[in-house]
Amino acid sequence: AYKRFSELLPKEERESAFSARVPKNQILTLPELRANPFQHRICHVFSTSETKDDSMSFEDFLDMLSVFSDSATSDIKSYYAFRIFDFDNDGTLDRKDLEQLVNCLTGQGEESRLSSAEMEQLIQNILEESDIDKDGTINLSEFQHVVSRSPDFARCGSLQR
Amino acid sequence: RASQQADTERLSRWKKWRRTSSKSLRKALSEVKGLSSYLVLWQRDIHSIEGKFGTGIQSYFSFLRFLVLLNFIIFILMFSFVTLPIIISEYGIFNSTIAYISPKNIDDNCTIYEPSGNKGLVYFYTYIKDLFSGTGFLEVTILFYGYYTIDAVWISIMRYNLPLAYLLATFSYLALSFLWIIKRSGEGFMQNLVHDADPFQSYCNKVFAGWDFCITDPNAARLKHRSLHYELQTDLQEEKLKQKIAERTMKEKLRIYSLRIFINIIVIAILSGCFYSIYRVTVFSQENSNVSIRNDTRTHSANLLVQYLPSMVITLANFIGPLIFSYLIRFEDYTPAFEIKLTLMRCVFVRLANIGVLLFSLWSQISDCAADKCEPCGYNYKLYPCWESDVGQEMYKLMIFDFIVILAVPLFVDFPRMLLVTHCSCKLIQWFGYQEFGISDNVLEIIYGQTICWIGTFFSPLLPAIATIKYFIIFYVKKIVLIHTRKPAARPVRASASNFFFLMVLLIGLILAFVPLGVSIAQIPSSKACGPFRNFNTSWEVIPDTILDFPTVLQQILFGMASEAFAVPFFMI
Repeated sequence: AYKRFSELLPKEERESAFSARVPKNQILTLPELRANPFQHRICHVFSTSETKDDSMSFEDFLDMLSVFSDSATSDIKSYYAFRIFDFDNDGTLDRKDLEQLVNCLTGQGEESRLSSAEMEQLIQNILEESDIDKDGTINLSEFQHVVSRSPDFARCGSLQR
Repeated sequence: RASQQADTERLSRWKKWRRTSSKSLRKALSEVKGLSSYLVLWQRDIHSIEGKFGTGIQSYFSFLRFLVLLNFIIFILMFSFVTLPIIISEYGIFNSTIAYISPKNIDDNCTIYEPSGNKGLVYFYTYIKDLFSGTGFLEVTILFYGYYTIDAVWISIMRYNLPLAYLLATFSYLALSFLWIIKRSGEGFMQNLVHDADPFQSYCNKVFAGWDFCITDPNAARLKHRSLHYELQTDLQEEKLKQKIAERTMKEKLRIYSLRIFINIIVIAILSGCFYSIYRVTVFSQENSNVSIRNDTRTHSANLLVQYLPSMVITLANFIGPLIFSYLIRFEDYTPAFEIKLTLMRCVFVRLANIGVLLFSLWSQISDCAADKCEPCGYNYKLYPCWESDVGQEMYKLMIFDFIVILAVPLFVDFPRMLLVTHCSCKLIQWFGYQEFGISDNVLEIIYGQTICWIGTFFSPLLPAIATIKYFIIFYVKKIVLIHTRKPAARPVRASASNFFFLMVLLIGLILAFVPLGVSIAQIPSSKACGPFRNFNTSWEVIPDTILDFPTVLQQILFGMASEAFAVPFFMI
C-alpha cells in the first residue's frame, strides 16, 4: 500500500511520503477510483486536510483502503457509505441527497437521467422502504438497518487487491 | 484504524503471531487463486467479454464453458468403461479376449444384420454421404451401438461384464449431469430466493448497494450505469403497470381473460401443427430410407436431403415458433417481466417437445406391429434389425445439422448484415440496424443440442466427444460474431437470474431426456442382432440378472433396499 501511495507523489516528495499530502487530482488517477461515480465524495470523506482541498495523506489513504477491504465490518462500511452518500454533509440523507445519488448511479449526461416523474416515484419508494420515523430523511441508524438487510451491499463495497 | 492499532498493542504475543500467520496464509491463498485462474479454460476471454458486453452475455459464455467440461467428462466416462475394454481386447493387451455367448431361444430371423460397410469399390462421395448420415462405413465403427455386440471381455482372469457396464455407465452419466447441475444452481438459487422474497427492499438495495466498486474500466462503468438506469426504469414501470392492473374494471378483466384463452388456443394449435408435421416427415424419411427387403440389403440409397428432412423441419419449427410467440404475447397484456418468462417457457417447450415427437415417431415405426411384422422378436426386425443404431443415427444427424446451422447462420446472415449496415447508407437497411445478441435464443439453442447429446449417448457412445468439439468451436464462433457484428444490448440483463434460469432449463432438458431413455431401456425389446443386450429381453434385464447371480445375502439386502419402506424415505432425504 505504501508503494502505491508513493507512486502517486511527484518524484521530489517521495522521500518524505509519510508526511506529504497528495492532491486530489492525483488520487483520482487510481484505477479503482477512475471509473467510480462517487470519486469526489470518497476523496472528500477520507481527507483530513484542514485546508479543505481534499488532499490525502498516507494515513487517509490507509483509512480508505481499510474501509474498502474485505476485512472491514459491515458497520464500518455502512457508516462510511452513509457519509459518502450524504452530499450536503448535513448528517441525514434528504431528498436532494437521494436525487444526486441516483443521478450519479445512472450516469453523467442528459439522456441517462431519469425523468422527474420517475425520480419522484423512486425517491418516494426509497423513503417508504427505509424511513422508519417518517420524517422525510434517512439518518444513520435507518440507513444501517436497511443496508444490513440488503444482500448485495457486502459484495459491492470491497475493492479487490 | 486507530482502534485497530490500540487493539494490537493489547494482545499477547501468541495472538499476535497467530494473526500475522493467518494474514500471510490468506495472502498466499489469494495469490494461488490468482495463478489458478490462468489454468481455467478461457478465463481471460470471458473476462474481456464481461468487460465489454456486461455480465448477462458473459453468463452465456461461462454456461458454454460448463457444457464443454460436462460433455468431456461424460465422454471420458463412457469411453473408459465401454469402449476401452473393447479396444484393449481387440489388440490383445493384457491377454484379453472377447467372449460371445450364442443367443438361446431366439428365432434366427431376428439375428440377421448385415450393415453394408461399403464393400468393394465405391464412389468417393459415398464416404461423404456416410459421414453426414452415419451409415455405411460409420455404422460399423465404435460410434454406434451396433458395434458393441460383445457379451463379456476377459482381461487376464477377470471377466468384465460389458452389458452391465454399458447400462451402468449410462445411468452414471445421467446422475453425474443431474448432480453437477444442481450443485451449480445451488448458489444461484439462494440469490434468486432473496431477490424474490424481499420485493419491498429492492429499491433501497439497488440504489444503496447498486454500484460495484470493483469496476476499473470506463467501458464497464458505462455499461453498469446503463444497466442501473434500465433496471430502475423497468422497476418503476412495472409498479405503475401493477397499479393499473389492480384498477381494472370487471368488463376489462373479462375481455382480457377471454383474449388470453383465445391466444393460448392458437399457441396450442401451432404446437400441434409442428408436432404433426414432424411426425409425418419422420415417417416419410424413414420409409424412403429403407429399401427393398427382397434384396435383403438395407442400402441407404436415399438422398441425403430426405435423410435430413426431420432435422430441417425441427430447426424450422424451432425458428418460427419463438417468432410467433413473441408476436402473440403482446396482445396478452402481461407485465414485461412475466411476458419475457412466458415467452421463454413456450420456446423451451417447443424445442424440447420437438425432440420428443421425433423419438416417438421413430418408435412407432420400430414397433409397428401391424401385419405380424414383429412376431418373433418383438420389434420390426426386417426394417430395423439393429434399431438402436438407427436411433443413434438420427441423433447423430440432428447434432450434425444443428452444428451446421449454428455455423451457417453467422456466415450467411450476420456478416452480410453487418457489412450492409456499415457500408450502405440506404434507409431501409439502416432501419434493420445491427443485431443484438439474443441471450435466451442462443441459450435455448445450446440446451437443445445438449438434450440431443444426453439422449443420444446411450445409442452412440462417442456422441459426447462430438458434442465437446462442437461446443468448443461454437465458443470461438460466437465470440467472433459477438465482437464483430453485435452492438451492446440496449436492455442489460441481470446475471444471477440468468444463470439460474439457464441451469433450470438445462435441468428440464435433462429430466426430459430421462423419459425416452427410460422407455428405450425398459420397454422396447433390445435388438437381437447387435449390441450388448442381445441375450436379454430388454436392456434393463441385465440388472435383475446380475443381482440374481449375487450371493443370497446381498440379494436380500438389495431387495430390502428396493422395497418401498426404505426407498421412499431415502429419496426424500
